[in-house]
Amino acid sequence: MSEEKEAKKPAAPKTPRAAQAAGRARPVPPRGRAAGKPKEEKPLPPSPKQPVVDGYAKLIREKISPEAVESAFINQPNDHLPTLVIKKEFWIQVAELFKNQSDLAFDYMQNYSGVDYETHLEVVVQLYSMARGERVCFKIKTDREVAKLPTLSNLWSAADWNEREIYDLLGIDFEGHPDMRRMFLPEDWVGHPLRKDYVPLDEGV
Amino acid sequence: MLRTEEMVLNLGPQHPSMHGVLRLVVKIDGEIIREIEPVVGYLHRGTEKLAEDLNYTQIIPYTDRLDYLSSMTNNYVVCHATETLMGLEIPEKAEYLRVIVMEMNRVASHLLWLGTFLLDVGALTPFLYCFRDREQILSMFNELCGARLTYNYMRVGGVKWDAPAGWLDKVKNFADYMINEIQNYHELISGNEIFLQRTKGIGVITKEMALSYSLSGANIRCTGIDWDLRKKQPYSVYDRFDFKVPLGKTGDLLDKYHCRMDEMVEAMKIVKQAVEGFPEGGATMGKVPRVLRVPEGEVYVGVESPRGELGCHIVSKGKDKPWRIKFRRPSFYNLQVAKELLVGQNIANLVAILGSIDIVLGEVDG
Amino acid sequence: MEVNFEQFTSFEEEEIKRNVLVTTLEQIKAWARTGSMWPLTFGLACCGIEMMASGGSHFDLDRFGVIFRASPRQSDVMIVSGTVTKKMAPLLRRLYDQMPEPKWVIAMGSCATAGGPYVRSYSVVKGVDQIVPVDVYIPGCPPNPAALIYGLHKLQEKIRYEARTGKKVTDHE
Repeated sequence: MSEEKEAKKPAAPKTPRAAQAAGRARPVPPRGRAAGKPKEEKPLPPSPKQPVVDGYAKLIREKISPEAVESAFINQPNDHLPTLVIKKEFWIQVAELFKNQSDLAFDYMQNYSGVDYETHLEVVVQLYSMARGERVCFKIKTDREVAKLPTLSNLWSAADWNEREIYDLLGIDFEGHPDMRRMFLPEDWVGHPLRKDYVPLDEGV
Repeated sequence: MLRTEEMVLNLGPQHPSMHGVLRLVVKIDGEIIREIEPVVGYLHRGTEKLAEDLNYTQIIPYTDRLDYLSSMTNNYVVCHATETLMGLEIPEKAEYLRVIVMEMNRVASHLLWLGTFLLDVGALTPFLYCFRDREQILSMFNELCGARLTYNYMRVGGVKWDAPAGWLDKVKNFADYMINEIQNYHELISGNEIFLQRTKGIGVITKEMALSYSLSGANIRCTGIDWDLRKKQPYSVYDRFDFKVPLGKTGDLLDKYHCRMDEMVEAMKIVKQAVEGFPEGGATMGKVPRVLRVPEGEVYVGVESPRGELGCHIVSKGKDKPWRIKFRRPSFYNLQVAKELLVGQNIANLVAILGSIDIVLGEVDG
Repeated sequence: MEVNFEQFTSFEEEEIKRNVLVTTLEQIKAWARTGSMWPLTFGLACCGIEMMASGGSHFDLDRFGVIFRASPRQSDVMIVSGTVTKKMAPLLRRLYDQMPEPKWVIAMGSCATAGGPYVRSYSVVKGVDQIVPVDVYIPGCPPNPAALIYGLHKLQEKIRYEARTGKKVTDHE
C-alpha cells in the first residue's frame, strides 16, 4: 500500500492532466455545450485561459457582428481549451478571420468532426496555430432537417475530405464544396449512419 | 513528337502496392499522370457507430483494428481521452509500461513501412530483414499480452498486465540490438544508387502544403516543421525522457525515409530510458470505478502515433457509453495530399510516393 | 502409402519393381496442386498483415510451395484476409470469378468467417461465404501465422481426400 502511494505521488505534478486532477478534489462534471454557460462552473478555479477566450469573443463581436458568438467558455478538463459557439451565418467570416489575421494565424486544422444531438447537428473544429502554439475550438450548430453549412475547404485543404466524411455519415451539406459526394459508402446508399435515428437495412443479423 | 492519348487506368482495390484496399483512378497521358482520384471506403467498418453502443472498456478492442500496425497507440488514445475527461490519476508503473509498448510499436510499424516501401521502389531483400526484426517485437508483445497484432492491452486507468519476469531485460537487449541493426539497414539501403535515384527530389512536400493539408508524423517533419505531439503537447510521461525529433529539410522521399529511420533510433532510446527508470513497485491499475461513468462534457486529445497525430474526440452525456466518439485518423488526413503530389509525376513514381505516405487503410476508412 | 500387391497383375508388379508408381490421374493432379498452391494477395485488413508475416522471413510460406501472386488469373487459392464490406463484396466476387478452375477459398479470421467483431455494423458483410463458397475457415482475430499454415494444410488434405475418394467434403457447389 505504501509502495502504491509512493508510486503515485511523483506522477501527480508531472503530467498536466494529473496536476489538473489534483487541483480539484473530485472530478466535477463540467457543463459542456449542453448548458454552455461558464457561470455554472463556479466550483472550479478560474482558468488561466479565460482572458484568451474573452479576447477572442470580443474580437469577433467587434469585427464581425455582435450576435456572432452564441457563447464562449473554457473546456477545463480538456487542458483549458478555449471554446466558442458561433452562429452559422457568421461562421465563414469567423473562420477567415482566425485563419488569416496575422496575430491569430490558426493555420493547422487538428480535428473536424460532426455530432448529432437529436435536436440539432453540430460541427466541431479544433484549430492550432503553429506560430503561437495556441489551440481553439469552434462549434457551429445547424438544423437537422435542412443541414447546411459553408465549406472550409478553401481555407484549409484538409477540410475537403473531412466534409465529405461528415456529409456521408451525418448528412450535413457543405455549400460551396467542390466535390460533395459520399466518402466511404457506395453512392446508392440510403441514409446517414451516424445519425441517431438511422436504421440499417439488415438489422438483427 | 509522338502523339499520345489520355487513358484511364484503374489501380486497386486489389493491387499489391495499394497497401490494402485503396483504389486510385488515374488519368495518364503517356507516362505522365494528369489527374488522380482516390476512392476509399472499401474497408469502412463503422467503428464510430458501433462504439456508441459499447461502454468505454469495450471500445478498446475496436481501436486495435483501426490502425492495426500500431494498436498500442490506438489503445492509448481512447484511454487517454476517457481519463482526461474523468480526471483519473494513472499509476507511474502503468505510464512507463504504456510508453515502452507504444515506442516498441512505433518501431514495429516503421519496420513494416520500411519493408513495404522498399518493395515498392524495387528492393526485395530489406523486407525479409525488417520482418525478421519485427517478429521479435511481436513475440515480446505476445508474451506481454497474448496477442501479436491486436493487443487490447490498455485499460482506462492503467494497463491490464504487469510485465512478466525478465521481460524488461529482453526489451532492453532488444533496444541495444535494434539501434545497432538500424546502422546495418543504413549500410544496406541508404547509399544504394537505385534507391537514391528513386527517392531524391521525388514527391516534395512544401511547408504550405503540409500545413494546409494538416499532415502529421514524418510527412510534416520531413518539410522541417517541428511538429511532434510528444514534445508540443506532452502526454503520459514523455516529458521525463530525453529524445530528439528528427527533422528533414527538403520534404522529399529521402528525407521522409531518414526521418523515420532516426525516429526508430529515438524510440529505442526512449525505451532504454524507460526500462532504466522503471518503477520497482506499484500497481498497474489506478483507482477506477467498476462501471465507468464519464462525466458530461467533451474532450479532444491527440497523441503521436507512428503515422502522425492520432486524436480522439469524445462527447459524453454522463452515461457509461459515449454519445459520440470520433477518431482523428492521421492516414486519412495524410492521404489527401497524394492527389496534389502525384499530378504531373511519372507513373513509375506513383507507388513510391504513395508508399512513402505510409497509409493504413483500416485507419483511412474508419 | 499402403500397397496391396495382391491386387496387381503380374504386368503391374513388374512395373513396380522398376520403380514405377501406379495411381489415378486425379491423385497425381491433386498431388501436384497441393504442392504449389498459389494464393492471391488479397490483404483486406489486419489479417492481411498476418498473412504478410506468414510470407515473411520467420514463417516463410515458400517452403510449402505457397507463393503469393498479384493477379487472380495466376492463382488458385483466395485467402480472404480481413473484413469484407458491402462496398468490397461485388469486387471480391469478380476477383473470384476471374480465377481459373480449380479454385479454393480460405476465410481467414473471424471477420471473413462470420463478420467477427463487426457483425453488428451497418457496412460489413456477415461472412464471406455469402458471396463465394469457402473451403477452410480459420478462426482468430487475427489468426496466428501458424494457424494460417495449419489452414493451408487442411486445404491440402481436403484436395487430396477428394481426389482419392471422389467424394466432396462440403456439399456446396
